[in-house]
Amino acid sequence: MAQVQATKFKNPVVNWIDSRLPIFTMLDHEYNHYPMPRNVNYLWAFGAIAGIMLVIMIATGLFLAMQYSSHTSLAFDSVERIMRDVNYGWLIRYVHANGASMFFIAVYIHMFRGLYYGSYKAPREILWILGVLIFLVMMGTAFMGYVLPWGQMSFWGATVITNLFSAFPIVGDPIVTLLWGGFSVDNPTLNRFFALHFLLPFVLLGLVILHTAALHVCGSNNPLGIDPKGPQDTVPFNPYVTVKDGFAVVIFMIIFAVFVFFMPNYMGHPDNYIPANPLVTPAHIVPEWYFLPFYAMLRAIPDKLGGVLAMFGSIALLFFLPWLDRSKVRSCKFRPVYRQFFWILAIDALILGYAGSQPAEGSWLIIARIGTFYYFFHFLVLLPVLGKLERPRPLPNSISESVLKGGGAIAAGAHAKPMEKA
Amino acid sequence: MRALKTAILSAALALGIAGAAQAAEGVHIPKQSWPHAGIFGTIDKAAAQRGFQIYKEVCSACHSMHLAPIRTLAGIGFKEDELKGIAAGYEVHAGPNDAGEMFMRPGVPADRFPSPFPNDQAARAANGGALPPDLSLMAKARVGGEDYIYAFLTGFEEPPPDVHVMEGMNYNKVFPGHQVGMPNILQPDGVTFADGTKATVEQQAHDVATFLTFVAEPHLDARKQMGVKVILFLLVLAGLMYAVKRKMWSTLH
Repeated sequence: MAQVQATKFKNPVVNWIDSRLPIFTMLDHEYNHYPMPRNVNYLWAFGAIAGIMLVIMIATGLFLAMQYSSHTSLAFDSVERIMRDVNYGWLIRYVHANGASMFFIAVYIHMFRGLYYGSYKAPREILWILGVLIFLVMMGTAFMGYVLPWGQMSFWGATVITNLFSAFPIVGDPIVTLLWGGFSVDNPTLNRFFALHFLLPFVLLGLVILHTAALHVCGSNNPLGIDPKGPQDTVPFNPYVTVKDGFAVVIFMIIFAVFVFFMPNYMGHPDNYIPANPLVTPAHIVPEWYFLPFYAMLRAIPDKLGGVLAMFGSIALLFFLPWLDRSKVRSCKFRPVYRQFFWILAIDALILGYAGSQPAEGSWLIIARIGTFYYFFHFLVLLPVLGKLERPRPLPNSISESVLKGGGAIAAGAHAKPMEKA
Repeated sequence: MRALKTAILSAALALGIAGAAQAAEGVHIPKQSWPHAGIFGTIDKAAAQRGFQIYKEVCSACHSMHLAPIRTLAGIGFKEDELKGIAAGYEVHAGPNDAGEMFMRPGVPADRFPSPFPNDQAARAANGGALPPDLSLMAKARVGGEDYIYAFLTGFEEPPPDVHVMEGMNYNKVFPGHQVGMPNILQPDGVTFADGTKATVEQQAHDVATFLTFVAEPHLDARKQMGVKVILFLLVLAGLMYAVKRKMWSTLH
């Protein structure tokens, strides 16, 4: 048997536990001493912000679930009961509803940060793939959550999205029947969506833990995209990054609070305050804003199966991004040509989002088609070709040299290895 | 300050997209000025009480408001005995009693506002096929909210000469499709306000819209008051966090 290790903690209870289950050593190692490149900017806070949003969503969701009834005849009224009669129910629900949007805002910024600074490149491929998985599960969770209040947009959104699967040959219709639990969106659909909406956040939590574990193996990327070479290039996570992330979290919470308290229904659709009615179709069925770019791609292709493939493909190709981008240079700072295409892609995503909110006809349909084409063109053609053709600017020798102009003080407590390659 | 910039940018982005989603439909609804608008705005209780009177005397003949308990009215300044009086004015379907029979009893504040029709079919049958929508959430269930309610109630007019209004329908300039089953119900001095306010159509529309805003969002005042406190707290906290961050990182440079 291995000897119980002597540990360094002063508290004997902590020591006793830690020598048998080294969780304190692990936390100390991963969160106190974890070396962060000293040049990370505030865009690096959005990972922490997204993590906090997940916790807020699980906490508020738990209390909503205690009051909610997942039956078609009760769901809408039970949500209104939460809004009217449950103590601070309005607060819990508005935090949860707007929290979903804020979660997506944080995650989208987090993803575009990864795109800009090449955070998906070796050795962070699995980290990135786990991130794309998180995004997928998040989309599923958000979609099913939006169905639960059983308003008009809930019902018709569910009808449109579940029907997408019927586009697949042979397996399509059985999949749709399984999703519905019957032959139309009805009570069994609502019930299973509620069950899955409760389950998936914990799947998300597991994925987030893996995402963080993978991150702590490779270490964080940074705006220069070069690896730290020694302790002079990094700062220990705590307290330097905790306080910096903490400030960013508070700023984010202020914006969150503005929505919750002063415009709680701004990001929702008024039709969802009308109870679901299978006999009345809303004039325009639109998903929540965070799905609009994908919705635009879905409608841009004249063929149903083609549209569905384009929509799922737009996310699926993100899995292959680490291999589509042939350039060895991570950060856009040193890729003058790619940087411009990055911004074109960002604008393209915004335009697709707007096109998704408009009826699929006339000029917006044409714009959506061009936007969809460009999205795929960017990833499938531009990225591989640019990696070969582009001449990147010379990379700096080290982070500290570049940031501090001749090296700086080593942060107190920075003794950890720069790269934690396990 | 880059976080702030990013955050503002992202918020603006979200606003833009959500706004776009909503702007996609319908007629232009002119904005009115509401005492409950803005950060410090609160429900105008006198207007909401007048609005309740109009609901009771006019709207409730056809429209239900079944999600709101009568006690909700405490939020616009009705005292407990007044609430009991208002509730007692309604006959509520109850039972079964010990003999197994359903019966009618006077309402209590905990009851919800009784609906004028037992079911949607009865409502349609009595209204020429049109279903008067429930008013509990009207102020949140239409693009434009209370502005829409005001515009709708003041939007009845003679149809343009080239528009043929169908049998039993009425022309309204803001209703989608312009033809609506509901007649122009608000008349000048159609109600008499106890506080002496002159009951013009505009005044009534304003008061009903205020009341329905309150009914759709009974915790509106509490929400905004809490919001001011939360944001003030977070601003102070952000200031402290920033100062600590600056101090801590200053040793690194």
